[in-house]
Amino acid sequence: MDLRYSDEDQAFQQKARTFIEENLPTDIRDKVKGGLRLYKDDYVRWHKILAKQGWLVPEWPEAHGGTNWTPVQRHIFLEEQARAYAPRLVAFGIKMVGPVIYTFGSQRQKDHYLPRIISAEDFWCQGYSEPGSGSDLASLQTKAVRKGDHYIVNGSKTWTTMAQYADRMFCLCRTDPEAKFQEGISFLLIDMKQPGIEVKPIRTMDGGREVNTVYLTDVKVPVEDRVGEENKGWTYAKFLLSHERSGIARIGASKAQIEKLREIARDQRCGAGYLIDDEDFKREVAQVEIDLHALEYTELRALTAAAKGEAPGPEANVLKIRGTELQQKISELLMKAMGYYAMPYVPEALEYGYNDDPVGPDEAAPLAAVYFNMRKTSIYGGTNEIQKNIIAKMVLGL
Amino acid sequence: MDFSLNEEQQLLKDSVDRFIRENYELADRRKLVAAEPGFSPAHWRTMAELGWLGAALPEEYGGIGGGAVETMVIMEGFGRGLVVEPYLSSVVLGGNLVLKGGSDALKSEVLPQLAEGRVRLAFGFAEPQSRYDLFDVETSARKNGGGYVIEGHKGVVIHGDSADRIIVSARTAGGARDKDGITLFLIDGKAPGVTRRGYQTIDGLRAAEIILDKVEAPAEAVLGAVDSGLPLIEDAARRGIAALAAEAVGVMDRMQALTNDYLKTRTQFGRPLGKFQALQHRMVDILIACEESRSAALVATLRLDDEDAVQRDRAIAAAKVKIGQGGRFIGQNAIQLHGGMGMTDEMHISHYFKRLTMIDTMFGDHAHHLKRYAAL
Repeated sequence: MDLRYSDEDQAFQQKARTFIEENLPTDIRDKVKGGLRLYKDDYVRWHKILAKQGWLVPEWPEAHGGTNWTPVQRHIFLEEQARAYAPRLVAFGIKMVGPVIYTFGSQRQKDHYLPRIISAEDFWCQGYSEPGSGSDLASLQTKAVRKGDHYIVNGSKTWTTMAQYADRMFCLCRTDPEAKFQEGISFLLIDMKQPGIEVKPIRTMDGGREVNTVYLTDVKVPVEDRVGEENKGWTYAKFLLSHERSGIARIGASKAQIEKLREIARDQRCGAGYLIDDEDFKREVAQVEIDLHALEYTELRALTAAAKGEAPGPEANVLKIRGTELQQKISELLMKAMGYYAMPYVPEALEYGYNDDPVGPDEAAPLAAVYFNMRKTSIYGGTNEIQKNIIAKMVLGL
Repeated sequence: MDFSLNEEQQLLKDSVDRFIRENYELADRRKLVAAEPGFSPAHWRTMAELGWLGAALPEEYGGIGGGAVETMVIMEGFGRGLVVEPYLSSVVLGGNLVLKGGSDALKSEVLPQLAEGRVRLAFGFAEPQSRYDLFDVETSARKNGGGYVIEGHKGVVIHGDSADRIIVSARTAGGARDKDGITLFLIDGKAPGVTRRGYQTIDGLRAAEIILDKVEAPAEAVLGAVDSGLPLIEDAARRGIAALAAEAVGVMDRMQALTNDYLKTRTQFGRPLGKFQALQHRMVDILIACEESRSAALVATLRLDDEDAVQRDRAIAAAKVKIGQGGRFIGQNAIQLHGGMGMTDEMHISHYFKRLTMIDTMFGDHAHHLKRYAAL
């Protein structure tokens, strides 16, 4: 047993840290640290910087652009990015549809789509949830009817993050209306820039515009853009949800947010002193740090076991549940730390480069919005209750 | 970074597991707890023969040269078996104090006897007023010729009723809550002036109130430096906490398994309890608490000898908080999920619950360590 990173991993960590320090654009860093709004261009710029370095898709097979890093090194790289307030890369291409394509796709799909994911030529979104199908995803109703060498797709998808930016959507559609539940679903790759696609924004309670409803009316999808076999889409969808969940707990980002919390608490008056010295505050921060510490080593235990070829246990689901709970808790502490000045809502102040006088302290504007936004984390990617159902069934055998 | 056991450690684990399987049915434990001295001297001899009593001692003193990981492996197994032998008090606490604080002569005398199972130690650090502060020491040791005269009251000394020799903290200088001025003494359990009132603890162990009335101790009985005993006490407490955390993980593992089995077999409303979602989710919360406790306990053990004292102390405090809170959660919910049966003495689960609850108290509960962590 050994807690330390090997010499090799330490050297790797230093290399990663230096690279990020030298290449992460300052404005992007400031936006992430300040909780300001990020746009497609911000994500794409960082994506391209990593692509140029060859570090964009470490977990992919080497033939397609992977780095052959160990799970621990991939973890280190994610940690270093979070520590430096790099933006979280948009997962739809590199973490979701990419692995589905290189695992189940045709040669043409691999040759065509994988390079375009890496070059950011295609920006992807995910067509899973529907207005009537949330946690019960397999009840989805969007239909794809085969007409010659095309499918004709009709239906709607919702909670579609960044659909307004997307060039393509990977989409679950029902291809066999007679089949029950998980059977009869196919996995289609849909061009978003075509007639019949309508993207309507959903304004969320934090004032943000991340998610959309996508309406599909007689949308034409070439059969060659179906991944794998017809009616077997659920298998690929499940693979996607269970594949490569390293970093799912967002430990690094949570640590960085705790640092930010301390910075704020140093400036906030509390009683005759400052919040940072308040006993209740200190204990709340200690609790969240201890929980994060335990979760971090739960993740590292899983990573090192995976590196030794051991079969994964319940870690991915546990990390999702606890990681999101802690993200939410920290966002709550940040908002609380700001007191009254968490209240003013000045949307312009959430934009980078806002030059007017802020209401209250500089860092105050986004804190409440971020708190409200973070409620999504225990809902998306399978609600935390669904995660518990999965653990109960798959691990505990209940 | 690696969290797997090496080959020797795996063999050790297998041998502990086998010992538990063959010797620690609940009925066996019941008999041991009910009779004097509250554990099995025969098991103690077996543990000596298997090398467990010297697992973390250097070979020159009759040990096998292991370290904190070996202690963790043994304690986790003992947690699963609810073992009542005085391993924590005698080997983990006593052994480490003598190893770190004893003169060469004392080490050569005591440690081989400890490893061979011929002498048992206990550590009296708490007092009726001290609560969890290791430096709150009112017991006094006055200079008397070449030696000392010790007077005071050591409270809830685990396995202090049967130990051959007892290590006590006493004040040789300063006020009752000064961090300096504390000295450790190794005294004979039967020395004139030592009165021990032994009793059972609610989790099936033994302990004693020890009254020291003008107990004479020679200068050779001092462990460590005079007036500077606190760092030694703190070191022993850290090792005790890491060992207890490992024991707690063993207890939690069993509680999780027993409760999960119960949910699968107990039928109500025409189906197994485990088919009810409210109970499934509670069971998952138990699993999560178990995994987080295991991680925190593991890091505590692996940081025991870390050069960075802050990192080390944070890992220890974090482990005590996690196993304290997780233990409370798992214990209470395991009983709840067993329903009325969980309340009975007949079921294993209640015995595990009692041990887990008292582990939280030892060396300061989760609230105490949360405060400590916040101050680090």
